[in-house]
Amino acid sequence: MRNKIVVVFLAFALVASLVGASGQSESGPIKIGVAGAHSGDLASYGLPTANAAQLVAEKVNAEGGILGRQIQLVVEDDQCDPGIATNIAAKMVGEKVVAVIGHICSGATRSALSIYTGENIVAISPSATTPELTQSGEFPLFFRTIAPDDAQGQIQAKFVVETLGVKRVAILHDNGDYGQGLAEFAQAAIEAGYPDVKVVLMEGVTVGAVDYSAIVNRVGSSGAEVVIFGGYHPEASKLVGQMRTQGINIPFISGDGIKDESFIDVAGKASEGVYATGPMDTTGNPIAEEARKAHLAKYGEEPGPFFMNGYTAALAIVNAIEAAGSTDTDAIVKALRSKYVETPMGSIRFDDAGDAIGVGFAIYQVQNGVYVEL
Amino acid sequence: MDTDYFLKLFFSGLTRGSIYALLALGYTMVYGIIKLINFAHGEIYMIGAFIALIMSGVFTIWGLPAPAILVLASLVALVYSSAYGYTVEKLAYKPLRRAPRLSVLIGAIGMSLFLQNYVLLAQTSNFLPFPQMLPEFPIPAALAGTVTSAQMIIFITTTVVMVILTVLIKFTRMGKSMRATSQDRTMATLVGINVNRVISWTFLIGSFTAALGGILISSFIGQINFYIGFVAGIKAFVAAVLGGIGSIPGAVLGSLVLGMAESYAAGYISSVYEDVFAFLILVLILIFKPSGLLGKPEVQKV
Amino acid sequence: MKRNEILKMAGIALWFVFLTFPIMVIKVRVTDQVIVWRWHNMFYIGFGTFFGGLLWRFALLRRKATRKGAASKVLGYVEKTGLPVLFRTVRTKITERRNRRFLYVALMVFVIVYPLVFSLYQTNIMTSALIYVVLALGLNIVIGLGGMLHLGYIAFYAVGAYTYGILYRSFGIGFWVALPIGAVLATLVGVLLALPVLRLRGDYLAIVTLGFAEIVRIVLNNSGSVTGGPQGIGGIPRPGFFGIEMRLAAATTYTYYIIVAAVLLTIFVVWRFENSRLGRALVAMGEDDIAAEAMGIDLTKTKVIAFALGSLWAGIGGVIFASRTTFINPGSFTIWQSVIVLSCVVLGGMGSIPGAIVGALGLILLPEYLRAFSDYRMLMFGAILVIMMVFRPGGLIQKKRKAYTFPTEEEALS
Repeated sequence: MRNKIVVVFLAFALVASLVGASGQSESGPIKIGVAGAHSGDLASYGLPTANAAQLVAEKVNAEGGILGRQIQLVVEDDQCDPGIATNIAAKMVGEKVVAVIGHICSGATRSALSIYTGENIVAISPSATTPELTQSGEFPLFFRTIAPDDAQGQIQAKFVVETLGVKRVAILHDNGDYGQGLAEFAQAAIEAGYPDVKVVLMEGVTVGAVDYSAIVNRVGSSGAEVVIFGGYHPEASKLVGQMRTQGINIPFISGDGIKDESFIDVAGKASEGVYATGPMDTTGNPIAEEARKAHLAKYGEEPGPFFMNGYTAALAIVNAIEAAGSTDTDAIVKALRSKYVETPMGSIRFDDAGDAIGVGFAIYQVQNGVYVEL
Repeated sequence: MDTDYFLKLFFSGLTRGSIYALLALGYTMVYGIIKLINFAHGEIYMIGAFIALIMSGVFTIWGLPAPAILVLASLVALVYSSAYGYTVEKLAYKPLRRAPRLSVLIGAIGMSLFLQNYVLLAQTSNFLPFPQMLPEFPIPAALAGTVTSAQMIIFITTTVVMVILTVLIKFTRMGKSMRATSQDRTMATLVGINVNRVISWTFLIGSFTAALGGILISSFIGQINFYIGFVAGIKAFVAAVLGGIGSIPGAVLGSLVLGMAESYAAGYISSVYEDVFAFLILVLILIFKPSGLLGKPEVQKV
Repeated sequence: MKRNEILKMAGIALWFVFLTFPIMVIKVRVTDQVIVWRWHNMFYIGFGTFFGGLLWRFALLRRKATRKGAASKVLGYVEKTGLPVLFRTVRTKITERRNRRFLYVALMVFVIVYPLVFSLYQTNIMTSALIYVVLALGLNIVIGLGGMLHLGYIAFYAVGAYTYGILYRSFGIGFWVALPIGAVLATLVGVLLALPVLRLRGDYLAIVTLGFAEIVRIVLNNSGSVTGGPQGIGGIPRPGFFGIEMRLAAATTYTYYIIVAAVLLTIFVVWRFENSRLGRALVAMGEDDIAAEAMGIDLTKTKVIAFALGSLWAGIGGVIFASRTTFINPGSFTIWQSVIVLSCVVLGGMGSIPGAIVGALGLILLPEYLRAFSDYRMLMFGAILVIMMVFRPGGLIQKKRKAYTFPTEEEALS
């Protein structure tokens, strides 16, 4: 064993010597971090934002950069794992990034924020929707270009009771931090606001299961008149598909996790009539159209989920740095809160908590294969 | 709860079980012959589905008639998956035939990871809609509403596959060679069996079933993604072990037990805990029958 | 290389082009009904496999040659480059007794000075890697020494981490108190797992341990009131130095030293265990349990102790992990993490302590440094796993059984 201590030493040394520390001069490129899931099962939610940041950076750099300096992106993959996210956060700190666009998943964002806040780095997320990130006050340097989940839950509850007029609601979720959170907020909103409406079923489904007929059967036998689902489009499309096949034609409503083309593509016919709360519509917006075309041109496919949010976040940061006139964090924060920026999601700025003003939620329904705002 | 609900859950369980069975059969076959837990098996299933999707997309754009698309795309996918299985074996498992168990396991895991990311990078990370390839046909009135035609097709296919495989193993020459190889590889070589050929065939057949499963299940679920192989693989592996790994009827039985257990757990207790239930049943069965339901206990020679 | 070989290789390259054709060349865009043909990929695959294949063939031949021990043309070529001679001289020099002590000291100095020399990010990564070292060493006990296929190791890690999380959330308990509690609890859970699996062997054991890890994760995920469910538990405090709270840089360094201490402790305990009566009983059981039983070893007791001891380290690792990331949720404790720890042990060398250490360091630090390849990282990782297993199935540093030899006249005199 002792002989081998050598190898351990060499390994340690070799591996540590592959280190590269980097600094940043005042006139070098402006580094902006992009963190999210780029591999693993949640990659489809993280990659579009990375693409968005890339497109924005290229566009801005082509026009001369920010404050005369080129943008350099530091793209890192956190696999939506909070443990890895802290490593990434430390790396971002080491790379002396000015701001971070990310992270994607609420859990990873939370753990990364504990580092960014301490190290005075601004973070702006396109998709982390847990309310406490902005509402707890613990993370004053956090911003997001998507409304928090409790707002969504509230809207869903209101719609379901007041517009659809149901009395028995089934709530399903995917057991994930986003999905379950959303479901719980919807449930809380119903129970608090509408005491004569009953939540007859509150269940989690297993992600990736091959067949959901068991839970669909339960929905059927529970007598529910509507299903509220918290989660992402793969599960949602499977659930709706199986519901329709089993002849359960009650309305189905979910959140921004499914408010995307990909849901309609994947669910096909079953998506017809499905409701979703989502960020305000971007299809009319010229910047959104330009962004979409750019993505198509560069990556050869339609942008995926949260692309517009990511694009918005990137534009917001770029704009804030430009408006602040420096890379000083306080100045950037001030700029984010006071200056409006034109984005695919409209003209927005951020409030004191970090939520984007002008980014609210609306209700959509799939009609003839397209999401239509109601 | 009423009988209708019970019956519905029964058919759900049956569906799940059949789905797992299609994969578990491949796992069990490979394991029976070379004692390898082929983690990459799930990835073959996934690749089969992807190729079917790609080819059906191509054929649709070329304007072929619908039934032709179904048949051709499936055929191409099946052929390709078998080829993948064959290649994986030759590349990664053959050099490891004499290596310790765990090393082969890690090699298989590495392969699984490689294939997942290969598809991810070459295609996309998005979930893709899978075309409805299963033909619809009318169900006898008594069962309509409880079972769909897609489910029926899956049951029937699984049964047919199981029968064919059992016949293959029991009555054909290749089957005999497989049994011999699985019993004692060295002796098999000595009596003139081309062991390499036998193993390759095993992988070919196993991958064929996996791809078949991939196409059917993806049609049923309606979507695919580069990650589906991993999840399905684990479940199928549990099913195979439950039934006694190495035994073909065991794989099917284990899958059915697993499917039913999950279905009823989800239906009566809680959908969230269905996996927990599945594993608990597994542990229980293994406590009383350490080699699985139909498994032959490994005789240890001293 | 003979002409036949080259033709064969070309054939193989063509096969791969055929094989990867649908996935690499064709990309269908369903929405606009367009097929994108990426013919260039075909050439990459073709040429890549051709030359890669030649290399592979070469390497395999070399492996066969070394194994047979016969002098071969291939080895001859390699010898000529002088590299093996260099390696050999370095190795003999290093293992000489007087040099060893110097190297130990150098290593210790390096380890201690590390956070002061390298950046925050590097220290953080190293802390991460060192936690995995502790895990690998713990798992090594079960797998390497005991030969038991344990695929659910991460469950105990989760127990440790969540113990700290829950204790903090409900009782405000700090790191130093939570550490022993977490360790003890993990050990108890380890015993709990060991009991039903006593009769199982090989792959059955593997699947049950896998299932156990999944059960733990699902239960943690669904016990929202206690564990925070999928939202996890946040704000877990970093280890305090007599009550003083520190900023990130200082806290990271402090955590680093804590984990170094833990690693040293683990190495020591595992090393002594290996050579103890129980340890040897475990190794005996791993090799041939019937013979071991015949020699009077109580299999039940040994198995339970192996699991318990292994879990102990996982528990400690878990508590430190929770304090490092300050936020835990069930997503950090999936089957995949179990696989990673398993790979560390197997790749590094089953049953050998330096092996586990090197394996963990390599496997965790490598992807960090592979970040340059970003997208292709996981692909390469998978490929590396396969390649490593094919060429060195026993792992990097193989376990050296203590063989008692009688020194010859010459050796005794030198």
